[in-house]
Amino acid sequence: MSLIRSAEQQQFASSLHDLLAAADAPGAVRRWAGGDHSPGLALWRKLAGVGVTALAVPPGSGGLGAGLADVVVACEELGHHAVPGPVAESAAAVPELITALADDRLSARWLPGLAAGDLIATVALPPWLPYATDADAAGLILLAEPGAVRLATAGTRHRSVDPARSLSQARGGEVLARGPAVAGAVARAREAGTVACAAQLLGAGRALLEASVLHARQRSQFGRPIGSFQAVKHQLADVAIGLEFARPLLGEAAVTLTPRDVSAAKVACTGAAQRAARAALQVHGAIGYTQEHDLHLWLTKVRALAGAWGSQAGHRARVMAAIADGGLAWN
Amino acid sequence: MSTDTDGFRAEVRDWLRAHLPAGPLPSVDTANGFARHREWERELAAARLSVVSWPPRYGGRGASLLEWLVFEEEYYAAAAPVRVGQNGLFLLAPTLMRYGTAEQRDRLLPPMARADEIWAQAWSEPEAGSDLAAVRAGATRTKGGWLLSGTKTWSSRAAFADKAFGLFRTGQDKHRGLTYLLFGLRGDGVTVRPIRQLGGETGFAEIFLDGAFVPDADVVGAPGDGWRIAMSTAGDERGLSLRSPGRFSAAAARLVELWRRAGGPDADSLRDRVADAWIGAQAYRLHTLAGAARLAAGGTLGAEASLGKVFWSELDIMLHETALDLLGPRAELRGGDWLDGYLFSLAGPIYAGTNEIQRTVIAERLLGLPR
Repeated sequence: MSLIRSAEQQQFASSLHDLLAAADAPGAVRRWAGGDHSPGLALWRKLAGVGVTALAVPPGSGGLGAGLADVVVACEELGHHAVPGPVAESAAAVPELITALADDRLSARWLPGLAAGDLIATVALPPWLPYATDADAAGLILLAEPGAVRLATAGTRHRSVDPARSLSQARGGEVLARGPAVAGAVARAREAGTVACAAQLLGAGRALLEASVLHARQRSQFGRPIGSFQAVKHQLADVAIGLEFARPLLGEAAVTLTPRDVSAAKVACTGAAQRAARAALQVHGAIGYTQEHDLHLWLTKVRALAGAWGSQAGHRARVMAAIADGGLAWN
Repeated sequence: MSTDTDGFRAEVRDWLRAHLPAGPLPSVDTANGFARHREWERELAAARLSVVSWPPRYGGRGASLLEWLVFEEEYYAAAAPVRVGQNGLFLLAPTLMRYGTAEQRDRLLPPMARADEIWAQAWSEPEAGSDLAAVRAGATRTKGGWLLSGTKTWSSRAAFADKAFGLFRTGQDKHRGLTYLLFGLRGDGVTVRPIRQLGGETGFAEIFLDGAFVPDADVVGAPGDGWRIAMSTAGDERGLSLRSPGRFSAAAARLVELWRRAGGPDADSLRDRVADAWIGAQAYRLHTLAGAARLAAGGTLGAEASLGKVFWSELDIMLHETALDLLGPRAELRGGDWLDGYLFSLAGPIYAGTNEIQRTVIAERLLGLPR
């Protein structure tokens, strides 16, 4: 078990942060929300250039075979910068799914493109994930069910509370794989996508806390920075505590990928991000309740991701099913 | 946890299984219970299990931080007795290791490890709680030492303990006028008035000092350096040493078992809270292991300890409240472990620096918000 990030992982996270901070990610998110994917796709190409899209793809298919712990480091930073597009799907769930199906033909057909960043993929995994996220930006849409994985096309498109996110019905077509082995591959994709989504939430929560701290130091009322008021300090301290104690659960889930640990991580990261969002809006006041300020890009993404990849109630039920069934060992 | 601690874990588990008292001991906060807990500590010490992380010359085994966490996990999982000497073991001892003299360590640590001397803490005063540096109880110079006068209060374990450590005013400057002193609780010039706590027992006491003598040998660090030293002790109390995850892991496991046996509509409606309690205990455990790994790699814990203090104290209440809600009408019955644990947990957000103080520390020192 890797309890703390390695020096390489820290360096990777900080280089991703620098890359995204320099690339005007909020501008790309706004353009994506307006229907123009080009700056967002340019962002994805930059991320592909430093290996993000290759992490979950095996070396034999043009990837880095890096393991989910590294995927989580990347997805957290993508969430930190509210990167648009099907992040958990394309960077984690779909490459994990295709790899786990262990069909050379399927691997050769899609994995090299995913690794290189030429192909962005999305997936619907009902009932866990009933819609395909950002199908209009994806070159590959899959419908993954326990009995079969199919190629899909986008049906009715729904808008999300996150303006830079859309949800489409996945209409199943060509059967890519079926049979008893498929269920295991779909389960692995489900756990991997859930961990990646939890990582995005943790990153978004961190961004919301940072924005709140910055605002509280700069904004003055009654002749002093509002961050000097105890009511503000203590709210933000609680946000920091939530994020601090969600992180080790995420790290553990990325290593074990058991339903118990994955669900614990998703519950904690979602809760921490939602607390960060509520506090951020309150600390910003009315300006935070506008689309003029960038804060809303993170506020709405947190709400969208909170229910994606399994509900809080569903994840708590999975935790209880695991631990009440003799899974109590503290390992 | 890693395999190189497996042997140690097995030894601790086997020893506890063979030596644990048959039933629960009487409450540590009664005269009889205190004596029984002291006997238990002596048994632990004889097996060199009372202070595993200390150097062998003081009664320990020189165990690593990770091994200490293993010991704690096994200790709590076995529902072993409360550590009656914990104020000394986990607060004073780390201070003596860092700031004491070799003579003080040689003289004070072995009897502490054997529970021949059990220590109480004497920080707070009637007018100095969260504002600890406002202490007024004074130490004045006399031949060969100091004379203490004033009042200390909320002194945990002082009703039955042998000695105490605390902060006394030796100068005018609010912080640099404080000195860290050790004193006997049963000698001349010391009157101890036990105070009944919320649960009805005398877990803490008021200490009236009127000319009690402290020899120079019982000053920790230099006179006037007490605040800096006490803050380091407070850091230990908030951080790893006082609340190891074993306590919460064991309580969460018992809560899940209680929930599983309860069944019915109450259990259904409390399921999510049980899940959150387990998740919280697991988060605290993994966070502590990560902190231990960071310390082992040469890192330090500073204001980060405040994050943990708020987290574990709130988790502790939440765990016990959920159990009491599962017990429903039986929750109020005295004598149950969950009720006792609940009453104990309620003090958590208050002692070792209130959670308000901790949140302010987090906001100012970790987040950088203005004072």
